[in-house]
Amino acid sequence: MIVAAAADAGLSWNLVRDVRQMFAYPFMVNAFRAGTVVAVTAGATGWFMVLRRQTFAGHTLAVAGFPGAAGAVWLGLGATYGYFAFCLAAAFLIAAIPTAGGAAAGRAAESATVGTVQAFALACGFLFVNLYKGFLGGVNALLFGSFLGITDGMVLTLTAVAVAILAVLALFGRPLLFASLDPAVATAAGVPVRALSVAFLILLGSTAAEVSQITGTLLVFTLLVIPAATAQILTTRPALSLALTVLFGLLVTWAGLTVAYYSPYPIGFFITSFSFSLYLLARLAVHAHDLLDRTARTPHPARASA
Amino acid sequence: MTVRTRSTQVSVDAIDTVLPAGTDPPTAVNTAAVLFRNAAVRLGGRLVWSGVDVEVAAGEFVAVLGPNGVGKSTLLKAALGLLPLSVGRAVVLDRPPGRARAEIGYLPQRRSFDPSVRIRGIDIVRLGVDGHRWGLPLPGGERGRAAGRRVAELVELVGATGYAHQPIGRLSGGEQQRLLIAQALARRPRLLLLDEPLDSLDPHNAAAVAALIRTICQRAGVTVLMVAHDVNPILSSLDRVVYLAGGGAVSGSPTEVITSATLSRLYQTPIEVLTASDGRMVVVGQPEPPAAHTDRHVGTGHS
Ligand SMILES: Nc1ncnc2c1ncn2[C@@H]1O[C@H](COP(=O)(O)OP(=O)(O)OP(=O)(O)O)[C@@H](O)[C@H]1O
Ligand SMILES: [Mg+2]
Repeated sequence: MIVAAAADAGLSWNLVRDVRQMFAYPFMVNAFRAGTVVAVTAGATGWFMVLRRQTFAGHTLAVAGFPGAAGAVWLGLGATYGYFAFCLAAAFLIAAIPTAGGAAAGRAAESATVGTVQAFALACGFLFVNLYKGFLGGVNALLFGSFLGITDGMVLTLTAVAVAILAVLALFGRPLLFASLDPAVATAAGVPVRALSVAFLILLGSTAAEVSQITGTLLVFTLLVIPAATAQILTTRPALSLALTVLFGLLVTWAGLTVAYYSPYPIGFFITSFSFSLYLLARLAVHAHDLLDRTARTPHPARASA
Repeated sequence: MTVRTRSTQVSVDAIDTVLPAGTDPPTAVNTAAVLFRNAAVRLGGRLVWSGVDVEVAAGEFVAVLGPNGVGKSTLLKAALGLLPLSVGRAVVLDRPPGRARAEIGYLPQRRSFDPSVRIRGIDIVRLGVDGHRWGLPLPGGERGRAAGRRVAELVELVGATGYAHQPIGRLSGGEQQRLLIAQALARRPRLLLLDEPLDSLDPHNAAAVAALIRTICQRAGVTVLMVAHDVNPILSSLDRVVYLAGGGAVSGSPTEVITSATLSRLYQTPIEVLTASDGRMVVVGQPEPPAAHTDRHVGTGHS
């Protein structure tokens, strides 16, 4: 029914009218609300995740949401609760990995355990999907995202979780930055490095659960990694880079939602393509800038000899 | 190719900016800044050292010497309270280790940020100023501006102004080391625990940084406990030497410990201590600092 409504909506090339028409559908309004909330949260958490190089853990937490959502649907609960329950459970599991045997040993153990958790999560997801036979069409939505059928209740849940995540990040952000860049000195300065790393995994799990609802579990990186990676290419100032991350996340989400509204293809594809283009553009721009810088500074041989 | 020349000068005029707040060196003397009594540390089931007695008076400049793997870094970590003593007792700035962290500046051994770390040098120094605080600084707030001024002072103090705004991962090891020393000085510490601060510095820069540390020690009454492999740059300023060898420690004045006989015995290799024409001592034949050895992972944090 909703799909039919969306298919009816054609582009008239009158921007104001098109936008007004798009927002005439409550499901589109909710999609934008949810997308905005998710993009901001993903940007803030993702920025720290990229800095801490925990992208593999982030991906695993997102994938862990898949069996959660599939299982919740199978049991007749909302997918939202499944995402949160499983993403958080996986976060606790990864946090429980002991890092006692030196930092490097801890890291190796961490990535092996993380990979194990990820494989098991995917397997469980497919089992649940098979148990609930009528649901097979929904697998795509769980894996690659959907913006249809976001209820007011879901928007409210997403917003409440987002506010909590952002509040915790605002409180922990500075020591977390210290602990991420320089754990030895941070520990010596009295920063609870281990506790912060557990807290961050929980934030990451909650964020992955939020993002999964829009981009699907397999494309969580689109909002969690690419905007942060793009911003960190462009600037080395922490505050500016964080702000750019959130801005890029919002831009690609809004653009993705708008294009997906007018097209039959899944939203995950559009958001991902837009962020990927942005990332490529940033790389190119920095490369061009470096090149110009170098040619400007190199004295011209002809002039130098003259 | 353009070659940028980078300032190697250390601005000694700015030294007063690192004076610890409210410390009066004359009254601080006679109380031990760091005290170990019959201390032992066990790591992974192995006794690293035991029966260690070390006493560092406030305001002293002390070198910790010894071959690789005897537990010099372990001694600093024990003083910080990062590693527990299995036996014995330690007092740091009149408190148990770990309680005086706000007043200690710590420079861990040989760490370098890898090239992909997209954070500027001044941000790393800034973390030393207020990175431990909870909450976000208000943009444009008085506290934030004061911290910014402090960072600028510190960067100038270590002579890193020319490159402090570049991404830390792109700087050379010696440049990173200077910024990390600035970071260790950020909170006006009363005690500096420096783990091989002069390695990865060329002789000229090593001398400049050694002079800076000595000046901070003398003018500001800061106690310095410094692990070193090459003692020559600091030999003239040392008040005391702690030698770790054979699972224990020997401590004494430089003239007692830095002799050909003692050093050769401790390192188990022939070492000569010569007196140069201007009266300075020079240690010859001591082992080279290790090239690739590290006691912590290289790169940024993952815990
Ligand atoms: N986490 C650990 N578990 C077990 N043993 C350890 C651990 N950390 C260090 N050690 C051991 O403790 C000993 C002392 O290490 P430490 O790093 O203090 O030596 P060091 O004197 O600083 O050496 P270097 O000159 O090479 O820096 C070494 O033999 C090392 O192998
Ligand atoms: Mg060491």
